[in-house]
Order: sequence, then C-alpha cells, then structure tokens
Amino acid sequence: MTETIQTQALGNPYRPADNQLRRSWAKLRRNKAALFGGILILIYLITALLAPVIFPGSPSAPNLMRSLERPSIEQPLGTDELGRSILGRIVYGSRVSLLIAIGVVAVGLLVGIPLGLISGYYGGKVDFGIQRVTDTMLAFPGFLLALALVAVLGVGLKNTIISVGISMVPIYIRLVRGCTLSVREQTYVEAAKAVGTRDRIILFRHILPNVMTPITIQTSLGMGTAILFAAGLGFLGLGVQPPTPEWGAMLGSGRAYLFNSPHVATFPGIAIFLAVLGFNLSGDGLRDVLDPRFRI
Amino acid sequence: MSQDSLLSIRHLRTRFRIYEGLVTAVDGIKLDVYRGETLGVVGESGCGKSVTALSILRLLPSPPAEIQGTILFDGMNLLDLNLDEIRRIRGNAISMIFQEPMTSLNPVLTIGEQISEAIKLHQGGTRQEAWRKAVGMLQMVQIPSPDIRAKEYPHKLSGGMRQRAMIAMALSCRPRLLLADEPTTALDVTIQAQIVDLMIKLKEEIGTSIVLITHNLGLIAEMAQRVIVMYTGKVVEEAKVEELFEKPLHPYTQGLLGSIPWIGRKLETGGRQLQEIPGIVPSLLEMPEGCRFHPRCSRVMNICSKEEPPLVQPEESRRVLCWLWK
Amino acid sequence: MLQYIVKRLLSTIPVLLGISLLLFFMLRMLPGDPAQVLAGQMATPEEVEIIRHQLGLDRPIFVQYGIFLGRLALFDLGRSARTQNPVIKEIWARLPNTVLLAVAAITLACLFGIPAGIISAVRPYTWIDYLFTSMALFGISMPVFWLGLMLVVLFSLILHWLPAGGTGSWKHIILPSFTLAAFVVAFITRMTRASMIEALSQDYTTTARSKGLEEKVVIVKHALKNALIPIVTAVGLQFGLLLGGAVLTETVFAWPGLGRLIVDSILARDYPVIQGAILIFGLLYILVNLVVDIMYVFIDPRIRYD
Repeated sequence: MTETIQTQALGNPYRPADNQLRRSWAKLRRNKAALFGGILILIYLITALLAPVIFPGSPSAPNLMRSLERPSIEQPLGTDELGRSILGRIVYGSRVSLLIAIGVVAVGLLVGIPLGLISGYYGGKVDFGIQRVTDTMLAFPGFLLALALVAVLGVGLKNTIISVGISMVPIYIRLVRGCTLSVREQTYVEAAKAVGTRDRIILFRHILPNVMTPITIQTSLGMGTAILFAAGLGFLGLGVQPPTPEWGAMLGSGRAYLFNSPHVATFPGIAIFLAVLGFNLSGDGLRDVLDPRFRI
Repeated sequence: MSQDSLLSIRHLRTRFRIYEGLVTAVDGIKLDVYRGETLGVVGESGCGKSVTALSILRLLPSPPAEIQGTILFDGMNLLDLNLDEIRRIRGNAISMIFQEPMTSLNPVLTIGEQISEAIKLHQGGTRQEAWRKAVGMLQMVQIPSPDIRAKEYPHKLSGGMRQRAMIAMALSCRPRLLLADEPTTALDVTIQAQIVDLMIKLKEEIGTSIVLITHNLGLIAEMAQRVIVMYTGKVVEEAKVEELFEKPLHPYTQGLLGSIPWIGRKLETGGRQLQEIPGIVPSLLEMPEGCRFHPRCSRVMNICSKEEPPLVQPEESRRVLCWLWK
Repeated sequence: MLQYIVKRLLSTIPVLLGISLLLFFMLRMLPGDPAQVLAGQMATPEEVEIIRHQLGLDRPIFVQYGIFLGRLALFDLGRSARTQNPVIKEIWARLPNTVLLAVAAITLACLFGIPAGIISAVRPYTWIDYLFTSMALFGISMPVFWLGLMLVVLFSLILHWLPAGGTGSWKHIILPSFTLAAFVVAFITRMTRASMIEALSQDYTTTARSKGLEEKVVIVKHALKNALIPIVTAVGLQFGLLLGGAVLTETVFAWPGLGRLIVDSILARDYPVIQGAILIFGLLYILVNLVVDIMYVFIDPRIRYD
C-alpha cells in the first residue's frame, strides 16, 4: 500500500523553519570575522549610548590653554586645536554618527520599500515612472548624489541625513523591486490572488517577508556606507557643522594641523574605520548565512 | 580479476570531510568492466554512482574528498598515480560525459575549440590538424554542417546537438573506457532515442567500453550487457541485464522494477498497480543498523536489522548483498 | 550586435533627459530668486536682470525648460558666479586632471586587484586568501580621505619621499592615485575572487579537467574567461565610486580637478558651476557604463547574437 512519503514543510519557502534558524545562528557564531564585527558594533553602540557616563563634561567646550596637546596619560588621545579632548569628542561623535546612520537607513527603508514594492508588484506605468527616476538617480555615484542634494538643501545634521538617505533610496528600490518581481511569480501568490485576497494583504504577508532577507543584509552594509558618506561630507565642511563633534568634520579641521599635530586627524579616522569595519564584517557574515545568492 | 577486465575496482571508499563529520558516499564497492562491454550502474539519486565515476578519474577536489581502495586500469592503480599521470589518462584513455550539456560546455569557447584542445593535448600536432579532426568528430556524431557548427558557441545548439558535441569531445581521442553520467536524462524523449542509437553505433565503431550511469532502467535494457545496482554507496546486486529484468534477486531491485509504468499494463486486466518503495533513502549521516535497506524492505527478516548482509553469489554471473540468498 | 549597441545608446536618452530635469529643478528648489542665485551675491541688479532675460526666467516653465535644453545642447552652461568665466571653460580646465587621476587609480586597482582575486579564488581559505581578503575588507572600510592623510603623514612628513599635494611632476600623482585606488582595489579583489570561485565551481570546469587539461589552462582559458564578465561590470561600477572618491581625494591632495571645483563651488554657492560640474560627472559615469556594456559584446559570445 502506498505509504506517506515524508513531505517538506509546505508554505512560504523563505521563512526559515525553526531548526534552520538555529542552524543559521550556529553558523553565524562560527564565523569569527562576523563575530569580531559584531563585537565592534557592540562597542560602538555602548559608547554611543553611555557617552555621558564614559566621558562626563561637555566635549565641545573650548579650552585654549591646552590646545594641540600630544597624547598623554591625562588626555589619552590628545587635544585638538581648541583644546578639547579628542577622546571625548570621539566618544560623543559616536552618538552623532549613530544617529546619522540610523536616520539614513530609516529614510532609505521608509521611502525605498514602499516604492520598490509598488513598482515591482503593480508594474505598468507606475513601475516605468519609478524606474526612470531610479535610473536617473543611479546615474550618479552615491556620494555625488548626496553632495548635489547638500548643494540644494544646505548643510547641517538634518540635511546630511536627508541627503545621504535619499542617495541610498534608489538602491533599496532596486533591491525590493527585484525581489518583489521574483516573488510575484510564485505559485502561492497566484493562489492567493485567485482566492480573492486583497493586494495589501498579499503585499504584507507574502511579499514583504521574502524581501526582508536581502534588506537586512543591505541595511547592515548600508549603515557602514552611511557613516562613510556622512564623514565625507563632514570632512568637506558640508556635513554636520561645528561645534557638534562629528568624526569626519574632526578630520577635516584636523587637516590643517597635520604636520605638527597629526594625532588630531589620525584618531577620528580610526574610529570611522572601526565602526565601518564592524558593519561590513557583520554584513558579510549575515549574507553568508542568510543567503549567498543575494549579493549586491 | 579476469584477464578481459579493463577496469577493476576493489574496496573503493570515497568519503567527504564536512562540518558534521566524515560522510561516506561510496562504501567499499567492487566492480569490473570488461573489454567491449557496456556496464550499467543503476540507482536512485544520491546512491553514489556519480561519485564513483568522478573517483575513477579523480575529479573530486581533494581536501573534502578522501578516496581509498584500488582502481586498476591497464594494470595501474589509478589512485596511486600523481596528477600529471592522471591527466594523461583523462580525455585520452578514459573519458567522461556529463548529464547537463548546457552547463558542461564552456559558454565562451567554440565547440570546435573545446573538442580540438583535447586532441591537441593528447595527440599533438598543429592547431589546424586538431581542428580538422574535431570537425571529423562532429561529423561522426552526425551533426550536420560540422565545419560551420564547429565555429559556433554552445548556446546556439539545441540540447540534442550539445550532447552529441559532448560525445564527440569525449571520444575524440579514442578512449578505451567511456564514463557516461546520465547522458540522456536532460534530453527530450525523442532526442534520447537518437542519442542512444548514436552511442551504440559509436561503441561498435570505436570499440570503447562504457560505464553507463543512470536511474533509467529502460536505457539499461537497451544499451547494457551487465548491470550493477547501487544503494547508499554499496553495490546491492550485480547481474547480466536479461537475468536482472527477468528475475531480480534483491528486494530493492524488485522494488525498482515494480515501479516502472509500461504501456499496455492495465489495472483492470490484472496488471499490477504501480508499487512504490516505501520510505525514503536514508541520509548519509544516519545510516540504519545492519542492512541499510531493511527499514524499507518488504521481505525483511530479524537478522537484517542486526548485521550487515554478506555478498552472495547465487549464480555464476550474479552477486547479491542480501540475507535472503544466503 | 549592432542592434544591441544601438539599443544601448538609445536607452541613455531617458537618463540624460532625467538628469537635465534634475538639474533644472534643482535650481528652482533653492530658496530665493533663481536669477539672483545664478548671478551670485556680488552681482548688480542690472546683471541679475540680464540673466533673468537670458534664461527666460520670466517666461512659462515649459519655455524655460526648452531654453535650458537648448543651451545644454550647445554646452552653454552659463557663467561662474565667482569668476564670471564661462562654466564650460572652468570645467574644461579641470576635467583632464580628474580623468587622469581616475584612470591611474583604476589601472592600479586592476593591476593589483584582479591577480589578487584570482590567487585567492584558486587557493581559498589559505593564509594568502585570508591576507588578501582582509586587506580588501580593510580597504573598503577605510575612509578614503583618512587614508590619504595618513599616507601624507607617512610619505611626506616622516619619509620625505613624496610631495604632499599639488601637481607638477610624476611624483605628485603617486599618492593621490594610490589613495583612490585603495578603495576600489578592495571591491575589485572581492569581486574577482567571488566570480572566479563561481566559475571554478561550474560544470564546465569539471569537464575541462576531465579532458586532462593542465590546471593553469583550466584556470585561465576556461574559468577566467567566464569570470571576466561580472568583473568587467564591477570595474565599470567602481568607476562611479572613483568619481565620488575623487572629490575627497582631490581635496586632500589639493589636486586641481573637477572634484575640488565642485566642493569649492558648493562652499561659495556658485550654482552655475555646481550645475555644470554635476552634469559633467553624470555624463562621465553614463559614458563609462556605456563603454562597459559595449565591451560585453566582445567578451560574452551569448550577447553577440541576441
């Protein structure tokens, strides 16, 4: 007599089953590089959140008596041209860059996901229109686009977030749209439509979860890019304005003192490097675990 | 080992070192290929038949793969040779054709180039000579306008033509042994028939022995003289083709044959209903105790779950790995 | 093949139009009177009126756009609000420097990156693979302007081997191009490695080996030829990153290129120059992508016939 053949769990193929989730986590833990990246991110987050605890006092208060001091026991990373502790400014700077990174990614997601979903799901003229705009935006290298937007919007923290955020939107739109297109063709979506499910529900319950994987990977990598872009703008003097401590801006102003006091420019750069490295390592690790197919 | 034996495999064990441990894909098999014959190798996916072929030519990357045993060809143990020596044999004395002609042919090189590079490598000569021989091979596999086709890229050819090109490539240096891994599986049924005819004809012309790996028993019936049946890395039955089809000895073979549909077989007139073999092939990491087939066997006995069965030879040309025939 | 090229050329038109629209509206999104903005802070009211009339800023918006497009076609980008020189002249003076820097950087990056990627792919998970991969990872994570500054500290300040900035001799281009290359080489290495690993795991590689070919031949003739296709794409994309990085690198090394021009113009609110520079950057990038797409035809036989 025919036996029951063991069948695979039916349903949404991208939602990992319970044990697969556990296996992914184990695989991630084994990846030492990703682990290291995770630690870096953790340090970064803790520094940002506990900044006033680690370094009480104002980081931006000038103290011209102690200008441009070399690193010492008292000032482990030295002081800048206004006598402010570089260590303190780096610690508080982590808050600023974290804020920017989160803001940028938020803009990218909030604008990119809906537009990508609509573009991919409905197709037709809407898709065409959105795609032409995306193409145009992608005709510019990311940093230049952010630069152009800053030229229009002006400088400052808020405008930095908006400019860099908008420059990331086309990437998210493309990503989400591509994913939506492939999921849309799946049989279970057809089935849902045939039963009369409303579009909104299909989008939320079927398409969106599948899009989450590549988005998570892209976001993790995107945080690193956001920090780099914002620092770049800061370096040029077009980002966060003084006296707010921002790592890129610190590098920019430290440039003038490069020959006598190189420490002013060196340490903020190391901070940027470590933060971005952390996000890149974890992003890579995440991608290896979640799905090697979704390579940007 | 008979004197006519072209290829003699003894105690071949191929294992892969993966994160979860050491996985055994081929577990101590013994097989012979005699001159001028076609040996069929039958089994479900994952039973180790492809791995066996790849082990013969040592095409498995060696950090994960660990191969032990003896593979005698022409008196040499292929597993003892160094890489240069094995390369002289590949494509030359022993050739292989693969299942998917589209992915097995290099998309950025012309057909002619892919055939003639093997010719030039093993037979020397100038590029023009090699090219001419390549075109000759294309003609032999009955590809029309071979001189034009040779200059084309694989994506321009149909599935059947690509497989012919692969056959041309493999036979270009007149190998004495051809390993054919599912040569017709990826093709349309009508094309399959053509390829089968072609292979039979070429075998007679060139005199190659063939190891025909497939899960398609019909193909075995058409082409092979002897056949071995593999399950989870072991050879469970070995026989002449007619003997196997007429009277399969191992319950697994019986199950395989019982699950073939054929035209004319009607349920109402007393024909048998299609019988599946219950259960699924066990994972290589969790083999059953005793006989590996016993959880799915319709004639299982007590001893089957406790001890591995011995290799029995009930008749001269037949071997079975089963307690039933002891 | 010709069909493909023509199609590709035609597809750039919507993007070009899009860019022109972007620039057109960019100006009008700024606070204040566009004519005033274009003329600059220093202009007299008469000069502002001249500009207003020239650009048709008192006419309906469609006419304005038409005039704008017309001027663009003639490469008339207006005059710099700072120097009163034609924008096109300002750009033309700087463009070759940026192109030189970009070409030097991408050449360096390919020279180092592609072989490194191939070696990594052929010997994965060995110490040399880890070395190259780590270097690549560091390169991507480093801010390019910081790297530039550090290199200046090392090679100019401490070792006195190379100049810290400006142009003049071949020595002046070394540090900027290495800095710019460092960021891109990382991507190219990673991309090459991934692409080669992919190619080496394909069926046709096994087939090639089964014919008895030497491993060298298998790697170069069979695998690399296939791997080049995504690598070339990556290099083309990297050019965009390069252009963005050029802005920062030129600033660090006082390199008189388009990137510095754009930064100085933004700081000085010289909008005609900003507009023009952005346009040229965009055109450059589109041009490079076009060239890459056309190169495909020569690398991938499958495209030739479709």
